[in-house]
Parts: sequence; C-alpha cells; structure tokens
Amino acid sequence: MSNQGVSGHAPTGFQYFLYKTWKSLKTPMPYLAFAGIGLWLLTYFLLNEYWKIFPFFKIPGPVEVITEWLSRDPIWGTSLFTEDYYINIWVSCRRVIIGFALATVLGVPLGLFMGWSKKFKDYTFPVLETLRPIPILAWVPLAIVMFSGFETPIIYLATLASFFVTALNTMLGVESIDESYFRAAGCLGSKKRHVFINVVVPGSLPFIFTGLQISIGVAWFSLVAAEMISGDYGLGYMIMASYMVNKYTTMVMAMLTLGLVGWITSAMVRAAGNRMMRWRAKALGQGGV
Amino acid sequence: MTTAAHQQPATDKNASTKGAISIRNVTKIYDPKGANVLAVDDCSLEIAPAEVCMIVGPSGCGKTTLLNAIAGFHSITSGQIDLDGEMLCGPDKPLADQGADRVVVFQNGALFPWKTLADNVAYGPIVQGLMNKADAREKAISMLSEAGLSGVADKYPGEVSSGMARRAEIVRALINDPKVLLLDEPYRAMDALTKSIMHESLLEVYDRTRVTIFFITHDLEEAIFLGDRVIVMTTRPARTKKIVEVKINRPRDYRLLSSEEFRILVQETKEAVHEEAVKAFEAGERELA
Amino acid sequence: MGKASKRQETLGARAKALVSDLTFRRGVLSILIFLTLWEIGFRFNEWFGVMVPFVGKVDAPSIVATRWSDVVLLPGYWESWYLSMGRVFLGFLIAQIIGIPFGLAMAVNKYFRGMFFPPFEILRPIPPLAWVPASIIFWPTTELSIMFVTFLGAFYTIVINVLGGARAVDIQYLRAAQSMGATQWDLFRKIILPGTLPSIFIGAAVGMGITWEVVLAAEMISGGGQQSGGGLGFFIWSSYMGGVMDQVIVGMISIGLAGYISSSLIRYIGYRSMPWRRMF
Repeated sequence: MSNQGVSGHAPTGFQYFLYKTWKSLKTPMPYLAFAGIGLWLLTYFLLNEYWKIFPFFKIPGPVEVITEWLSRDPIWGTSLFTEDYYINIWVSCRRVIIGFALATVLGVPLGLFMGWSKKFKDYTFPVLETLRPIPILAWVPLAIVMFSGFETPIIYLATLASFFVTALNTMLGVESIDESYFRAAGCLGSKKRHVFINVVVPGSLPFIFTGLQISIGVAWFSLVAAEMISGDYGLGYMIMASYMVNKYTTMVMAMLTLGLVGWITSAMVRAAGNRMMRWRAKALGQGGV
Repeated sequence: MTTAAHQQPATDKNASTKGAISIRNVTKIYDPKGANVLAVDDCSLEIAPAEVCMIVGPSGCGKTTLLNAIAGFHSITSGQIDLDGEMLCGPDKPLADQGADRVVVFQNGALFPWKTLADNVAYGPIVQGLMNKADAREKAISMLSEAGLSGVADKYPGEVSSGMARRAEIVRALINDPKVLLLDEPYRAMDALTKSIMHESLLEVYDRTRVTIFFITHDLEEAIFLGDRVIVMTTRPARTKKIVEVKINRPRDYRLLSSEEFRILVQETKEAVHEEAVKAFEAGERELA
Repeated sequence: MGKASKRQETLGARAKALVSDLTFRRGVLSILIFLTLWEIGFRFNEWFGVMVPFVGKVDAPSIVATRWSDVVLLPGYWESWYLSMGRVFLGFLIAQIIGIPFGLAMAVNKYFRGMFFPPFEILRPIPPLAWVPASIIFWPTTELSIMFVTFLGAFYTIVINVLGGARAVDIQYLRAAQSMGATQWDLFRKIILPGTLPSIFIGAAVGMGITWEVVLAAEMISGGGQQSGGGLGFFIWSSYMGGVMDQVIVGMISIGLAGYISSSLIRYIGYRSMPWRRMF
C-alpha cells in the first residue's frame, strides 16, 4: 500500500521510484528503519502482551489490536469490516476538510493583505494576536453556546485553529518576499493589482504551503479534542466512547487510524504544494516533471 | 509606442534627446530613528542621451541612493532630477513615479523565480497593456533568441546559470524600449570569465539600441571598458570627486583590455578611488540598505 | 553615539515613543473597535430587541470585566493558575530534558537516526490529545496522565526542531574547528550545540503553545470532579457546566494570558542566551 502511495507522486514516475529504491537498498538506512520499527513493536509486544508488566498490560498489545482490526467478527464490535469504522473516519474527514477549506479561503487572503499593506496589518494584526494565545480548546464551551448542535461547533473549532496558522504564515510569506521583486515589478510598469497577482501571491506560496501543512495538522488536533469533549461521531469520539465503555482495543485502533488518516491528509497537502510550486522544485534541483 | 507616450508624458519625438538625465543639487538624508545620515550631498550630474555613464565609489557611499532616486524607489531630500526635460522628482515631489522608461537591473538579480524566462520578459508589455499575452510572449521569445537564449526560454530562472539569468534580465528591461537602463552592480557576484562574456553582450546590446546606461560598479576595469565617462564618487556623503572621460572608440572588444591607453585610464581612476576607499574603510560604517 | 544614547534611554522615554508610534496607536484603536463591536453585538438584543447571531450570545466585555473583578478575589481562581502552570512547566521541562538529547543524538549519529526516526515518525501523526484516555488508563494517577500528555505535546515539536537545526549547522564551521585541532567533544559542545540553539528555542516556543492546548484539554476531559481536579481548563469547564458563561470567558482570557506569559518567558531566555542573534 505504501508502495503505491510513493510511486503516485514520485516526480519522474515509476522507473525513477524503482531506481531510488534500488539505490537506497544499498545503504543501511532501510534495514535500520526496519530494525527500529521492529524493536519498537517487539518492546510493545513484550511489555504489554507477553510479560504483562504493570502498568503496560492495561493497554492492549499489538497482536490483540491487529487481530481485532483485521477480524471479520470483532470482539468489541469495530474493525476494518464494520460499517461504523468507516462512518467515523468519514465524519472526521469531512469536518477537517470543511474546516481546513474555510480556514484557507479566509486565512490566505487576510494574510496576503496583512503582509502587503502596512496599514491593514496595523489594524487587524493586534486583534488576531490578542485572540491567538487563547487555546482552541478554551473555545469549546463558547462554541457550543454560539452555535447549536454538534456539527457547527466542531467545524468552527477546527476552522479557527487552522485559520490562525494559515493567516500568520501567509503574512510572513509576503513579508519574506525580497524587496527587489516589488521594485522590479514597479519599474516594469505594474499597477497595484499586477504586483499583487504576479509578486505577492506567487512569492508567498512557499510559506503558504508550509502554513497549510501545519494548519491541517492543527485542524486534526482541534477536531479530535472537540470530538472527544462533545461529539456524536468521528475518530475523536470513537476514542473517547470506547474508553468510556472499556473497549480499549477499539480505542488503540482509533488512535492508530487517526495517525494514519492525519498523515495521509498532510501528504496530500504537501503534494499539492509541490505541484503548484514547480518552479521551486526545479530551482532546488529536486528533479523535473 | 503611442500608448507608451500616453502613459509616460515624455517627449521622445526627437530621438537624439532620448534618455538625457539631469541630476541637480540632489541631497538625500536618511532618517532612521532620528539618526541623520547624509547619504548624498549636493550632487550634480548631467548624463547625455545614449551615454554609458559608469558610477564608481566605495561601498555604501550613496551610489545606489542615486539610482533609487532615479528609479523612484526612494525619495530625495532636496534638489531635482529630470529625464529628457521632464521632472522626475524635485521640490514638492520628492519621490519619482516608477515607470518602464527607466528599468533597473538588480544587484542580485530580480527575475521572478516563479515565471519562466519568456514569461519574465513578456511581463512588462503585458502589465502595461501594450500587447496581449500571445504577442508579448512571441516577442519575448524572439528577443531572447537574439540574445542567444532561445533554448532556455521556457526554463525557470532557477534552472539556468546566473550569466543566462542576468542576460535575460537585461532582455526583460529592453523589451520595454526604455530611455534609461539602470544597472546596480549587476555582475558583482560573477567570476571574471563570465563577467567578460557579460560585458561583450552588454556592449553588443548598447551598440544596437543606443540606450542611456547608468551603471554602478566597484570594478574599475569594467567601468572603463564599458563606459563613456566614469564618475568617481566620494565616500559618504556622496559627491562627484572626479570624472574620467573614456575616449575610446566603439565598438570595443576584449583586446582593448591589454592596450596602453586602457591601462593609463585605469591607473588614473584607481588613484582617485583608492583614496576614497581608504577613507570609507577607516570610517568602518556598514552599508545603508 | 547611537549605542550610548540607546542605553541611556529611560523606560519613560520608551513609553513615550511607544505612544507616539503610529502602529501602536492603530493597534490600540483596532482592539478598542473590536471590544466595542462585541459590546454592541451583545447589547443589541437589549436595546433594539434584535438578536445578533453568534455574538449576541456571548457576554459583553463589560460583564466579563465585572465578573473578573469578582473572580480575582477567590482563592480557587489563583489555585487554578498555579495548578495549570505547574503541569505545563513540568511536562514541558521533561520534554526538553528528553527531547533535546534525543534530537541531538539523531542529528550526530546516522545509525541512531536510521533506527529511531521511523518509529518516531509513525507515532507523530497521532494528535497528543488522542493519548488522553490511554494515558488515563496507563498512569496510576490523573495528575501523572495529564503530565504525560503534556510531555508528549511538546516532545515531538522539540525533537523535530532540534534535529533540523543540528543538521543545518554549516559544515564549514565544523571544518574550521577541526583545522584548529578540535576534538569530537569540542565539535559537539562548541559548534553543534550553540548552532542548534536557535532551533531549540523556536521548538520550545512552539512546544509551549501546544503544551497549553494539551493541558487545557486534558484538564477538561479528565479533571472533571476526580481526585486531581482544578486547573484553568477545569475552571472553564466547570463554569460552563454551571452555566456561568461570563466566567467561561474570564477563564479563556486567563489561559490566553498564561500562555502568552510563558512564551514571552521563553523568548526572553532565548534572547539572553544568544547575544549573537536577535531571533525574535
């Protein structure tokens, strides 16, 4: 499965990927990685399942979790073959996507204007900076009061968290653009809107995408918290609910699923960034298309 | 051309007056946080149309300040700068408008890294509304091939050598048919061999277009090889210390570098510059931004 | 001359300069506008009988301020500060103590990195909060489990930053030191460690923010009425449960303040310990 994932966005296709793999097999790195992961799983297995040392045995071990995960007839009711596993994943993903999209649509323009216009920044940045230190979790009760139901407060929290990250990184991105590009655009006869489209936006893209990568992580972070505290579905809810009824195997399964899904979404954002900034990949000598 | 004239109300009906710069009693005081720094002090300079005017002087002496004032990046404190009899900046208007009649080639290169060379060159005519995208690109590609860059028109600046990038940057300036080309130490970071190739190609461009060139440099041999006049500036505050007339016929080529008259001129200039360099070194101040 | 006059600049003069600074005045104005809009948004219902969506349900700043002036007199409020601060700093400290050597070891030894980085990367995408229930099950006391999750929150950020920073140290510095006869230990102590210091502080500043998020969540999830309650997260949660919304906002602002103070502290330490670099 991971093979497919890597070859999918390898820049010069499958051949290139094979070549890279072949090269890397001659270094000790893949074997070390294997050994490291093996060692970790072994320790986990020995402590939790084999020797059952206190307090490790309280957490289900790897064999138990994987057996349950792959079981067609799971003991605790949730596995790869049950419907509610996918419902929870889908619900969480949908919330993250909505929150992330909203945050991007609001945060990127705000950041661009803050970086571009000193005056605009002077008036908006202080408010942002006053609200930003408040942890997203502290908004939970307020969000529940402001928006009723389950869905809107949770999406609001995920949006808020990524919004701050996106806006801030975009602003830093604009501020990082070398002054000479603005000057060059100016002396080539650009009007303000040309500068915005041709300098401000592309110049800040690297920072924007760094920001988006962080922002999707933050969206997951807040989503999980919100779902754990007040949710009806979703992976965070799945963790909390199985904890409440002592279905610890399901709980660990949900944690691992969360890690996997989170990793996939950030890989997607990274891939999108690399596609949109081909000029940069080429400049850095990371292979062409 | 008619559209350009409508945008820049300059009088370029008479080709012989194209690109005459008149700098009269210009003074510039930087005032960062109350520290009054006199960068340019009562500087006057007349540059004839189609002249190659080389400015040399110690680091941070205010040469770039002068260029920034002409280009419209920085205001002046007093004095006046005219281009072809039209005031660029002066009393009541400390900051010149930026325009494509005075295009700058920057010290570290300012081709937009997110545009291909052809798109970079086509940028000026497009944003000034002189041409549509297809025409501008066509002209850009033909101008690039004239400059020996036909093979790399669709590459990003990060993918080509610095020499090629710099040549493309000059093409990007020339496509606007500017009155003045402002070069701010464009070949500073290049090795001697690349530099000599750059010099020949700039001379070739000059012989073809007869555009006025305002060229800042540290390199005396470069200054004399390229210039009609070499203006030696004093250390900060900048004033004209000495003007060396270079009465060597054009077209010039590298054989000139080993001639007797060339070496005499270099020696003459070097004495004047060296004195100022020692003063600047002893003052030990950092360059102004 | 410039430097001497800067040193002589008194606090009063600096304050004067700040007040006359345009950016500062605009900032104050923008926050005042924000507060006014919020107040109007809430009062709208009272004055005109029209409920403004969302903002209308959030108690106005004046109400919050009044409530705050009452709350500061309660010892419980300050105890919450104390408890949360203690958890944050302990978890954060442990994360530094374990994370910095771990990151440095991965940076200087590629075999160590090859072995331990992959499992680290597998666990990293799991948000620290997802560990809360597991941590409650695992650790004997709630206090310890909150501490563990707090540690985890800061740990990943610190390791990643230390690793990145140490590997980015310019090889020329190492060569220069070697040519002057430095031993391996000298290289580590005199070049890699100070070279990594900026990244360590960036990691610490980010990690501190995450730590506060995590502490808050852990307190909200686990602290509810169990043996070790308290903390600002619990303060917010119990205010919410009691239906005292203005107190919830007091709690939110307090925790924002606490987070801001902690990260300022880190910035200050970073500023003092790296005189060659003004990083913030």
